[in-house]
Order: sequence, then C-alpha cells, then structure tokens
Amino acid sequence: MTLVAEPVVFEPSTEPRPAPEPEGEVATKGLVIVNWSGSYDRIMPTLIMSSAAAASGYRTSVFITFWGLLPFVKDGKRIVGENWMQKMLSFMDRPGIDHLALSKMNFMGMGPWMMGKLSKQYNVASPRELLEACQAMGVEFIPCQMTMDMFGLKAEDMMDGLGEPAGAATVLELMTQPGTASLFI
Amino acid sequence: MTLTRIDQVVDARGLACPMPIVKTAQAVKTMTSGQVLEVLATDAGAVKDFAAWSKSTGNQLLESSQDAGTYRFLIVKK
Repeated sequence: MTLVAEPVVFEPSTEPRPAPEPEGEVATKGLVIVNWSGSYDRIMPTLIMSSAAAASGYRTSVFITFWGLLPFVKDGKRIVGENWMQKMLSFMDRPGIDHLALSKMNFMGMGPWMMGKLSKQYNVASPRELLEACQAMGVEFIPCQMTMDMFGLKAEDMMDGLGEPAGAATVLELMTQPGTASLFI
Repeated sequence: MTLTRIDQVVDARGLACPMPIVKTAQAVKTMTSGQVLEVLATDAGAVKDFAAWSKSTGNQLLESSQDAGTYRFLIVKK
C-alpha cells in the first residue's frame, strides 16, 4: 500500500478586490517602494522614483525599514536609541538625510564628498531637496514599527511629515492594490 | 511656429531628472483645465520623460521641440 498525501489545494480567494478608483482626481495607479537601505546610492533611486511617481499622479508609498530608517531621523539627532547597542548603532551609522554613506567606495566619507561635488556639478537634486519634493507632492513615508522598536527609535526621533508607523501587512495591502508596482530598493 | 496662448511657464533649465517633471506637476496643479503650460528644460532625458508623463497623467503634450540645446514642451492641462 502506498501512502499518498492529500494534496493541499489553495483555492483562489473569491473575495472581490476593491474596485479601482474613478478616473480623474483620485489616483488609479500606485507605486510602493520598500526602502531598506540608508545608503546614498539607494536612497537616491527611492526618492527619484517616488517623486516622479507622485508627479505622474501615482498614489505613492515608501515603507522605510532597517537601515532605511536612519536617514529619516530628525535633523540634529546624533545618537538615538535606548540601550548602549542601539546608541552604538547610530554612532557608527550617522542618522539624517544629509549624512548618507555610499554602499561602496565610501572611503571614510571621501566617496560621498566626491558624489556630492559631482551631483552639484550636474545639477542633480540633493536627497534633502528630493525628499522635500516628495513630501510636497504627498508621498507617504511609512516607518517600520518593528525596526523602530529594535533600533530604539521613538516617534519624536523621526522627522516630521512621516506616516503612521506600520508593519508588513500594511505594505502587502498597498502592494496588492490594482495597478500598483512594487519595488524593493 | 504656431502662436499659442501660454498661461504659465516653468523654467527647468539646468535641472536634472526628476526635477523638470516634479516642477511641472506642481505648476499644473495650480492651473485650470485647458490652460497651457510652457516648460523649458536642458535635461536630454526630458524628451522621453515628458511624453511618458503626459501619457500617465492625461495632460496633453501639445508640442515637444528643441532649439540650441533647450527643450520646449507645451502642455495642456486635462
């Protein structure tokens, strides 16, 4: 006698998807970015894609998580966290949108300094300018509650104008809206 | 060149991607339907970007031209 396991069949959900919003004032397309990194070379595409998306009428959300949280710490906050490990983390990886390192060729800050020079020379907007443009156009930045807790970050450590901290289910819900593209950067 | 009534101008000369689009979107927001926006840009990527932006937003790209390294776009607000 052979034992054959009953195959598990997952029935596709018959729950109706929410109807797409009507054409016109309300966005019918969406972009969701999971911003995981705090490096200049990843924050830039996140901010460029999200500002362009908002400018093109997309409902745009950026979930900021793990290393990606630190650039969104309020200006002037140098050491954040509650215990020595969390404080050490922010000491080693300086928070703030003006203090982004490069993921490669950082060379103790030489790389970012040169990148800053080059971007000025070629009129590329700074991360701060892009972030301001994003916020002016209604891009929603959603901090990850779990990483905030793990890094010892409190709501008052984070910059103004961010969305309510949330978790994976919120992001999934946004990602699966009709007409939505999702990126992990 | 046809003469078109221009209601607003965005000078995005010297600005790199995505700023010409961002400034355009912000200007269009303040305009009313049927008004014409003129955008000047020097970013070579803007030619494709403005065509795409017009497609995604539904605002009509009336003209896309180039003169001595300056790109000129005329946009009619939806």
